[in-house]
Amino acid sequence: MTMKGKSLISITDYTKDEYLKILETAAGFEANPNQKLLSDKVVASLFFEPSTRTRLSFETAANRLGARVIGFSDSGSTSVQKGETLKDTIIMVSSYADIIVMRHPREGAARWASEVSSVPVINAGDGANQHPTQCMLDLYTILQTQRTLNNLNIAMVGDLKYGRTVHSLVQAMCNFNATFHLVSPQELKLPSVTKMHIKDANLKYEQYTELADVIPFADIIYMTRIQKERFSDPIEYEKVKNSYVLTKAMLEGCKPNMKILHPLPRVNEISEDVDTTKQAYYFKQAENGVYVRQALLATILGAK
Amino acid sequence: MDKETRELKVTAIENGTVIDHIPANNVFKVIRILNLENNNHQVLFGDNLDSEKYGKKGIIKVSNTFFAPDEINKIALVAPTATLIVIRNFKVVEKTKVEVPDEIIKIVKCFNPGCITNHENITTRFKVIDKAEMKLKCHYCEKSIARNNIIFA
Ligand SMILES: [Zn+2]
Repeated sequence: MTMKGKSLISITDYTKDEYLKILETAAGFEANPNQKLLSDKVVASLFFEPSTRTRLSFETAANRLGARVIGFSDSGSTSVQKGETLKDTIIMVSSYADIIVMRHPREGAARWASEVSSVPVINAGDGANQHPTQCMLDLYTILQTQRTLNNLNIAMVGDLKYGRTVHSLVQAMCNFNATFHLVSPQELKLPSVTKMHIKDANLKYEQYTELADVIPFADIIYMTRIQKERFSDPIEYEKVKNSYVLTKAMLEGCKPNMKILHPLPRVNEISEDVDTTKQAYYFKQAENGVYVRQALLATILGAK
Repeated sequence: MDKETRELKVTAIENGTVIDHIPANNVFKVIRILNLENNNHQVLFGDNLDSEKYGKKGIIKVSNTFFAPDEINKIALVAPTATLIVIRNFKVVEKTKVEVPDEIIKIVKCFNPGCITNHENITTRFKVIDKAEMKLKCHYCEKSIARNNIIFA
């Protein structure tokens, strides 16, 4: 198993064993974050659309490893705006840097970049398609809070139709004998393609419209934001917008090991009084993103 | 003389390929996929002909041209029922059915407007994820495409 030089575009690019290896390496970085393993490396951070959270997480990871970072945080100020193709940008940057981290508004942009680049590419989000490092930090966080990835009851809440983090996480957890509890309004149910992944893995899922129904038995509650623009009928949005909000009072009777995750940013779907409960884990989850990205950078660049 | 021989005879070719049992109205798509517009050999075709099996069908005859399996299997997208007949010296020497390929390269355009292939000059690639249903999956944006959403480039 060698991940050296291997691009990470889609969660299916890595095997289960490769994931587990990355999670193990990430734990080492959590214990000891400052390791100058990449002091002779240049990491290109190309954000063709802004995503402050993801960019800061990657750049922190690169800095903690001693690498130097080049790039841009918004393509508005680059040659891209002057009409340069993605292909040309990538060919040029891959002659400067040792690895490319990229975010792009078009689906498939990262795959295409990995095919024209002479250095490995890490996909930091390509439109509505993939965001594999988010999925890996979710796995890391689940493992950290439950001490296992196996046989868990995972509740996914909110926008299950468009939320790409939800689709990737469901797909990844299909490797670990999970049972899925899917809580969403009618209009935002999990797509049938993703339900097929669950069926193909011979696992079970149940669909709910009430968040309260899953709280007593969930090991993980994965909250997502419901966006108004996803609804064809604004009245439907008004009806559901406050029914998928988690409050401290609702947590009574939950399992002692239960933790609440959220890919962030949240709007109102987790009330602030939850932040101080021992179930709240979403800020730690974001922190974990740095360790997982350190593990990926170090592994792909052959330093781990 | 049976019907098939008669039909072949009317516009018989000495050497070449006959593509028979093309679904009616898909003849031009097949011509485009096989790039027969730029073929210098004789090309004869008919559409909406009576067929016992399919009601109406199309047929194409190309002189002095023989197709590699990879090439001919591309037409499976529009003509999954097609039969390929190889003619040498006015005789049928080989008869095969088209087979749905594992991958479709170039001839299909991704139906997802947000797909990078619709914004840069990229050769499209699709995996055939369900051969019976002719369901494709874009190699780039990873979206699945049902048969009725397939757009030809
Ligand atoms: Zn596509």
